[in-house]
Amino acid sequence: MKAAEFEYFRPTTLDEACGLLADTGDDADRCLLAGGQTLVPMMAMRLARPTHLIDINRITELQGIRDLGGSVEIGAGTRQRAVEKDPITRRKLPLLAAALPHVGHHQTRNRGTVGGSIVLGDASAEIPLVALILNATLIIHRRDGRRETMADGFFEGPMMTALEPGDILTTIRFPVWDGTTGSAFHEVAPRKGDYALVSAGAQVALDANGTCIRAAIGVGGCAPTPLRLQAVEDALVGQRLTDALITQAIAPVPDLIDPESSVHASAAYRRRAAPQLVQRALLDALSEARP
Amino acid sequence: MIATIDIEFTVNGKPVRISVPPRMTLVDCLRDMLGLTGSHIGCEHGVCGACSVMLDEVPIRSCLMFAVQADGAAVTTVEGLEGPDGKLSPLQEAFWDCHAMQCGYCTPGMLVAAQGLLDENPDPTADEIREAISSNLCRCTGYQQIVEAIQLAAQRMNEGPDHA
Repeated sequence: MKAAEFEYFRPTTLDEACGLLADTGDDADRCLLAGGQTLVPMMAMRLARPTHLIDINRITELQGIRDLGGSVEIGAGTRQRAVEKDPITRRKLPLLAAALPHVGHHQTRNRGTVGGSIVLGDASAEIPLVALILNATLIIHRRDGRRETMADGFFEGPMMTALEPGDILTTIRFPVWDGTTGSAFHEVAPRKGDYALVSAGAQVALDANGTCIRAAIGVGGCAPTPLRLQAVEDALVGQRLTDALITQAIAPVPDLIDPESSVHASAAYRRRAAPQLVQRALLDALSEARP
Repeated sequence: MIATIDIEFTVNGKPVRISVPPRMTLVDCLRDMLGLTGSHIGCEHGVCGACSVMLDEVPIRSCLMFAVQADGAAVTTVEGLEGPDGKLSPLQEAFWDCHAMQCGYCTPGMLVAAQGLLDENPDPTADEIREAISSNLCRCTGYQQIVEAIQLAAQRMNEGPDHA
């Protein structure tokens, strides 16, 4: 299992990378190489055969975590393990901090990038789900410009996103919630580090009286894309959250999702697991929010 | 035919200059060009962990990286874990003492994964050890002796060289 031959490019600036990616004067298949934790095995199995591989690991503009107060910007090329270990993540993006230990293993997180996981858009991957739940802003560059798009709407289908040929995801801007908040992330996977069969994340904000003023909930592995559960959120906001109310709010979850069967788990199993994981995530988020 | 690319990096502290085809993985380069056959190739697609090496002091899978990407980096393979005098490291000693292997195929990757954990967390719990080696498959031991070996290594290293 060896990758097919390719030409290797290693730009050091974003402009250079955009130029290389946009150069479509021939029928070359150009592909960006970030952490490579999915692309390299796909190349080894010849499921991907780029003729031109553009290694973006040396572009410093794609690296780093910046605390902007009301939001945190993460360079798309930042290693997952670096984000996991950064105190800014734990302090300001607790949902992302809770999800990251579920992403692969130490060794793959030492190479894998936050942006790489988002552009792959796997419906059972944790980072796209967190980006969707928090509705992160995705900053995208290409040779002739820059645009921003929201995570809500970015994931279009199985491993399909709104990225166009020539686009490079450069930064993910996660909103930071003020006040009394709690968050939690749960999943079931056959083995630690495997892709989740079903995953669920929740973040809630409470006012001084303990009333839920904001809720964001989503599930992975339950549809062709990660899925936000708006109906569950609506049932919680404006209410004092009790165990009974949460049980009632999650009741429609099996009807809100569209899971497929795979060799690892049937659609029926996923329909049973999803509300349980949502409930667990909500209860944990709530107990974290309450002092 | 695509031209080879010249790269420079250090392997186990020694500088290396070499010319590699872009599609050559780091583990193939280490094994076939540098003769460092300690890093094993199991699955060749990032599942088994047998090819684990340290890249700039953190464990990674060397089958999921092209050698050309290691240009400028510092790589440590299992061969680099031993002391400068050729003595086994405390971790390797503990693997020996606990019989933390049977066929030995996963052992280099296990050692690198465990060393990566101990570098970052000198006193890990059994759960933290299991988490750190969850990336590495062993089909012989059932993992228990490997966990015990890593615990023993941590204990000896924390007690100081007199007890090693």
